[in-house]
Amino acid sequence: MSDAHHGFNLREWIFTTDHKRIGILYLIGALSAFAIAGTFAIMIRMQQYGPGMQVFDSGSGYNTALYFHGAAMILVFLIPALTGFFANYFLPLMIGAKDVAFPRINAFSVWLFYAAIILALVSLVIPDPPDVMWTGYPPYSVTTEGNTAFYVFTVHLLGFSSILGAINFLVTVIYMRAPGMGWNQLNMFVWTILAAFILQLIFIPVLASAVTMLLFDKYLGTHFFDPAMGGDVLLYQNLFWFYSHPAVYVILLPAIGILFDVIATMGKNRIFNYKVCVYAGIGGVLALAGEVWIHHLYVAGVPDWIRVGMMITTLLISVPIGLMLMSLWGTLYKASITFNVAMHYASACLFLLLIGGLTGIPLAMTVMTANLGQTSFVHAHFHFVMALFSTFAIISGIYYWFPKMTGRLAEGKLAVVAFWFNIIGVNITFWPLFIIGVQGMPRRYFSYEQFPQFAPYHHVATYGSFLVALGMVLTLINWIKSAFWGVKSEANPWHSKSLEWTHTPNPPGPGNFPHDVTVSADWTPYDYVK
Amino acid sequence: MRLLKKLGLAVLLMGALALPVWAYEGAPGLATGDLTPARRWDILWDHVLVDLWVIGVIFGLAALYMLIKYKAKNPTDVGTATKLNKAQAVAWALIPVAVFVADDFYLAAQGWTLWGIYRRVPENALEIKAIGHQWYWEFDYGNGVVTQELKVPQGRPIVLRMHSEDVVHDFSLPKFRVKEDVMPGRITYVWFMPDTVMDTIVTCTMYCGVAHSQMYGKVSVVPPEQYTSWLESAVKAAADQQTTKVKG
Repeated sequence: MSDAHHGFNLREWIFTTDHKRIGILYLIGALSAFAIAGTFAIMIRMQQYGPGMQVFDSGSGYNTALYFHGAAMILVFLIPALTGFFANYFLPLMIGAKDVAFPRINAFSVWLFYAAIILALVSLVIPDPPDVMWTGYPPYSVTTEGNTAFYVFTVHLLGFSSILGAINFLVTVIYMRAPGMGWNQLNMFVWTILAAFILQLIFIPVLASAVTMLLFDKYLGTHFFDPAMGGDVLLYQNLFWFYSHPAVYVILLPAIGILFDVIATMGKNRIFNYKVCVYAGIGGVLALAGEVWIHHLYVAGVPDWIRVGMMITTLLISVPIGLMLMSLWGTLYKASITFNVAMHYASACLFLLLIGGLTGIPLAMTVMTANLGQTSFVHAHFHFVMALFSTFAIISGIYYWFPKMTGRLAEGKLAVVAFWFNIIGVNITFWPLFIIGVQGMPRRYFSYEQFPQFAPYHHVATYGSFLVALGMVLTLINWIKSAFWGVKSEANPWHSKSLEWTHTPNPPGPGNFPHDVTVSADWTPYDYVK
Repeated sequence: MRLLKKLGLAVLLMGALALPVWAYEGAPGLATGDLTPARRWDILWDHVLVDLWVIGVIFGLAALYMLIKYKAKNPTDVGTATKLNKAQAVAWALIPVAVFVADDFYLAAQGWTLWGIYRRVPENALEIKAIGHQWYWEFDYGNGVVTQELKVPQGRPIVLRMHSEDVVHDFSLPKFRVKEDVMPGRITYVWFMPDTVMDTIVTCTMYCGVAHSQMYGKVSVVPPEQYTSWLESAVKAAADQQTTKVKG
């Protein structure tokens, strides 16, 4: 054990090629982004408390906060937490691999990720910070005084990082599974993350091309998006959403994967209809992901045939997602559930996913968006899917694998109290936004003196956000406290059958497995019921 | 008995597969009757809400029930679900798929019908140009009449032909349930039916910079005769101004 990690050595962490340490680096970066972008979220809610000036003295400060909140939450928190942290730490362990296929490329990915974080943070202190929202639509992003370049370069760095990660993990899953492990024996998390990386690999280059053209238009005098010179403003929107809708599944799928692993383990049950869920559910989402982007452009003046056509494809997304829901619900059937903190969050996730999914249905219908589009109904809908469901799934996963990473438990009263603050807080925050959204409250508003009747709803939403802030701070405190001083955990505290629990110590040393792993033909990670 | 079970399953499957067809055929046409598009939107919204609540309550209650019912009696217990056989696995896929597809077709048919109404401008519609600027709206009635307030006669369909002079904006009239982006280089349109006299607002719902949320204007629906007299005097005033300009 001479090569085991002993004590803390910063150099070892920075230059590490160990997938577990790289995973932890991703986690630290992602949670930092979450903390900063979360603080902005509270400030945004406080600004919306009433019409007129509240915490920001001008629209430009508010718009920068909106930009940073959106871009950081999606690109620096959600995607890296799922495809960076969870994939890195647990995927090789789940398939019985000693590391990823290309450990040094993996290290390069996390460096690029940190470079992007630094750039994003620098963009907050430069004289004219970007104010283009995370969508960066031209002509505004080209004509604004804000430094759109910081947005573009942040996307470039994260894009490189993600493409390298995607190739790395696809190769890892295809070639480095433990001897004997067939495709139908993979953890649900492995399947969902695999799908997420396929989407990243296919669609990121499109986003990269879109923002690069933006850069050229703004700084080099090209006219890709300038209609006065033969360009087209809608070209950007099409390219942007061609990536950014699949990006929703890059987040949603692995979050559902975590949920499956937590529920099946804590319920000691097999995955209901595994093959249908994998091949029709995940496969169906993969197949449809690239054919629905126009639902972001329903009222953007695109031709009618595509607005109607993609209404149908968008509605049909409910079929594969519905099959995954059937499997999630079915996995509860005749289970034997133990409620640890991870399972608290996982239970809440079922309802958050349901609400997020269902409120997407009217938004899938072209004509409904003629009133709902660009309102706080949309804002509440995607926050239920991304901010609430996906973030709760991430928190659930962190609690679930906390003993794996630290050897200690993060359970206890503090964790449960924080959970209740979070779940009650998010509902108080976002339900009022659904209601006023239907009545016409627009998104991204600094003030709303034309809609004074909505102020009471905004009051409630703002108070709700304070509860969430409290819950999240308590959660972070609990994690930090437990990581150093928590109760020592037994080797396999949840009595899981999955390889990351059964074949490695907590935390796993270099090379992961003390003995080579092979699995038999009848083994599955959910092999509880005899 | 086993045969009966299989037969039952087969009937259930066929029934489920017939659902989508039935849903599509049975979608009540919103095209009938003399309702404004905004009113039809509200009716369809009610349909959709019922749809969402039914699905939501079924799944929500099921989850709640199972989370309570299947709580482990003691920590070493394991689940007791049996593995699905092939027929069950297929049935548990096809039946839900049929139900989901049926619902999708129903909603798509309804949505498509109403969308058709939203895009087909009535022949007697009054055309006004709408222009988006950072950060105000302008309305061009022809004959040199340009205002920042949209004034329309009651009882006649209004079609707005829209573009933007700078960045992308979004013309949103929540009262009339219409919304469409305006942008440079393309002309877009919306139409609506102002059926009652009222004052309301148009607001921008596409992020367009620092004063995005201040980009709103008054919309007033006035009796037709009042509209005509207003327009006449506005045309006259515009002509006078033109003459003064030429003279000056």
